[in-house]
Amino acid sequence: MLSIAARELRSLFLSPLAWVILAVIQAILAYVFLIQVEVFLQWQPRLAGFPGAPGLTAIVAAPVFHTAAIVFMLVTPFLTMRLLSEERRSGTLALLLSAPVSVTDIVLGKFLGVMAFLGCALGLVALLPLWLLFGGSLDLGLLAAGLLGLALLVAAFSAAGLFMSSLTAQPTIAAVSTFGLLLLLWLLDWGSTTGSQGAGELFSYLSLLTHFEALLQGIFDTRDVLYYLIFTVLFLLLGIWRLDSERLAP
Amino acid sequence: MNNETLISVTRLSRYYGKLAAVDDLSFELRRGEVLGFLGPNGAGKTTTMQMLCGTLAPSAGSIRIVGVDLLEQPREAKHQLGYLPEQPPLYRELTVDEYLHYCSRLRGLSRPSSAAAVARAKGRCGLDSSGSRLIANLSKGYQQRVGIAQAILHRPAVVVLDEPTVGLDPIQIREIRSLIRELGEDHGVILSTHILPEVQAVCDRVQIIHQGRLVLNENREQLAHRTGQRVLRLGLRRPPSQDLLAAIAGVQRVEALADERWRLTFSDDTGSAEELAARATTADWGMFELVSEQRSLEEIFVELTCGESFVEDQASSEAS
Repeated sequence: MLSIAARELRSLFLSPLAWVILAVIQAILAYVFLIQVEVFLQWQPRLAGFPGAPGLTAIVAAPVFHTAAIVFMLVTPFLTMRLLSEERRSGTLALLLSAPVSVTDIVLGKFLGVMAFLGCALGLVALLPLWLLFGGSLDLGLLAAGLLGLALLVAAFSAAGLFMSSLTAQPTIAAVSTFGLLLLLWLLDWGSTTGSQGAGELFSYLSLLTHFEALLQGIFDTRDVLYYLIFTVLFLLLGIWRLDSERLAP
Repeated sequence: MNNETLISVTRLSRYYGKLAAVDDLSFELRRGEVLGFLGPNGAGKTTTMQMLCGTLAPSAGSIRIVGVDLLEQPREAKHQLGYLPEQPPLYRELTVDEYLHYCSRLRGLSRPSSAAAVARAKGRCGLDSSGSRLIANLSKGYQQRVGIAQAILHRPAVVVLDEPTVGLDPIQIREIRSLIRELGEDHGVILSTHILPEVQAVCDRVQIIHQGRLVLNENREQLAHRTGQRVLRLGLRRPPSQDLLAAIAGVQRVEALADERWRLTFSDDTGSAEELAARATTADWGMFELVSEQRSLEEIFVELTCGESFVEDQASSEAS
């Protein structure tokens, strides 16, 4: 399982795609970060008068993480699209299936590999607000909650992408359908404002976004964490099931 | 030890919808044997290979590899398997060394033993100097070698090669064939191909599969007996008596055909045509035709695979 993950990580870093993605993420977030630092500097004199006003972390880190979530939603499909579809297309899936590893090992190995890469990306994102430690003080708890939220979100994205990749031999199809699914789950929140009360609540609950925002505000609720964990595990199981059923007689 | 059964396949079937790609197939493979798996396109060769290697689940039947049931204990069984699919399963962005190390780790070798295994497999497949090259930059023949190296890396009891010489140049084909022969000495090898001379060159036993069923399963001697008989057809203007023809050394049977032609069946193929031609000229038999009718593996193959379908067509047309 670990060797599959290591191979996946190595292949990701050998492709220019991964580096471009890292660069794009970093460029966009650095821009947002600079704007927010500027905003904070403008507001600082006025905010100083209020007790309980939002601090440096809330003003700078939260928007950065929020933008990061959107950027990750855009780039994760590109990272996950090749995971299984490429193996299927180039015939290397036969190598994995004929090796003494289970389908679960294959899927988890792939997931861990892409998560290791996204972990690097997250680390780079976390570095941005951490720079502020040179000139000020940060609410590290709030920062950690935001980062955890982002990590959970990215794990959910990757699991969904992995499943989509298991369905097809065309990476592009996997990418587009992953992106569609993620965007839909993201926008589900909009539906909550219309329609009946019950349906609205359900939509709001299912949306990927709502659970993330609570964490961004530093509210650590087990239900939110569980939502992402269940989401991730569900899609990983679907991926395993899909790959396993491929061998079986139709 | 040398006669140990490595693979035993019992009543294996695989259906794609209603189509039976493999239908009630049973065979065995012993250590030290190279088994040639022949069949026309779409006969079920690749499907059988895939089932042997666990990438496809059979609809019915069982496969035991070195006594371990592949379906019940896939992990243990797959440790004994090396598989080269039709399309070599290569990661083009890796170097040969990286790729082979990954494969050996995937096969469950420990880090130190994996280095030794990679070095050994590279040596065997003539890849010693290509270790640091990118697989994407290798020629087709070298990629094929990397594929074979991958299959023999962990010293599996059974090596399954699906059309290993496709797309190679004649020299590479010779090299790969001698490698296969070498492998056959201490492993069991299953070789799928539709190149008939290849089978005659390297295989100890031949199985011909047609429409998912086994139509021939013979070892080298049996096959040699089938193909060894040499048949000559000759046309004579002034033929001698039949007894005189039968008295020629090595002649087993004489048949008179229409249009002044005769068919002679020889028990072996040592110098028969020579002597016949010499006699014909000295005795002035007026020979105008001398054609060799040797039965090749190709003829047996065509006879078995075409005859079968003809019979079946008849059966289906009778049924309808």
